[in-house]
Amino acid sequence: MREFQGKAVGWRTEDGLVELVLDRAPCNEVGSVTLGEFEQFVSALKELEGEAHALIIRSARAEGFCAGADLRELYRESQRLDPKQRLSGVRDFLERIHGVMNALDQSPLTTIAAVQGIAFGGGFELALTCDLIIADKTARFCFPELRLGLIPGFGGIPRLQRDVGNAVVRDLLLTGRSMNAAKAQSVGLVSQVTAEGEAVRVARRTAAQVGKFDRATRIAAKHFAKPIPHEALRREIDVFCKLFVRPAVEAGLGKFVASTDPLPYLP
Amino acid sequence: MATLQKTTDEVLELAAQHFKVPREDLSPDDDFFKKLGINSLQALDLLTRLEQHFRIELPDYEFEGVSDFRTLAERIQSRL
Repeated sequence: MREFQGKAVGWRTEDGLVELVLDRAPCNEVGSVTLGEFEQFVSALKELEGEAHALIIRSARAEGFCAGADLRELYRESQRLDPKQRLSGVRDFLERIHGVMNALDQSPLTTIAAVQGIAFGGGFELALTCDLIIADKTARFCFPELRLGLIPGFGGIPRLQRDVGNAVVRDLLLTGRSMNAAKAQSVGLVSQVTAEGEAVRVARRTAAQVGKFDRATRIAAKHFAKPIPHEALRREIDVFCKLFVRPAVEAGLGKFVASTDPLPYLP
Repeated sequence: MATLQKTTDEVLELAAQHFKVPREDLSPDDDFFKKLGINSLQALDLLTRLEQHFRIELPDYEFEGVSDFRTLAERIQSRL
């Protein structure tokens, strides 16, 4: 399927470039609808990869790139299940989202995340599946999961460890603070910082550059330079699930959901 | 190095410009959430602009317990 518009995401292909556009209010939170449409995209990607050279993942929301997991949906769903069902439900969700993230990570296309505003939690993890992150000056990257008694569960820790020094990983993970685009570039996470609103244009320009090179060589170079940390990704799911059943998590989620701030992102 | 007074003035000026509020309507002891009518996402945007302007890093947990411009300026001053 070359073109699609769903409730949360849409995609189109033109001139060898696939663009996956996130567009679900308020800030592209990833819940069951988004996950379902991501899975549709990954299915379509198999066909699109044969005729394209690059994939840009971007947001249509002024609020930002992606705020992460839909915590309100997670809380609501978990409240109606017993602990055993809750745990198996969350494991199932994680296995599915990992399937999506792994497919993006391993794609033969050169993948570029064009980030503006917040890339928090699962949103940051989505950007980390990409070969390049191009961020505008408003971008902020964050793993807020410890605030909820959790760790990142969409593959973020192994992917961040792949890209930056472990001191930076510990800083982001253990403090839950957000990092601006300039700092993210200085530690090697972001490849280019643009003026406000220019990340998508620069991502498209970069995609055009990538498209000049021999396809087989480009794919071989990517796979050589970008190992997928399969074992650590599987362990992350196990650690997440072990933490998820603790009372601190229900309390953290409850506090998030009860906030009157529509987007309660300060620690 | 800039004085705290200068830093406070710059914070107020930047906030007024970015959120399109008359500068004369803002004073150091105002609650910036209420006065600017912003939520936490917009506060993060303000944080980004303050970091760029003052060329510092200001972890978001420095906002904890801070809701007035003067205290925010003190947090910034401690990183200059």
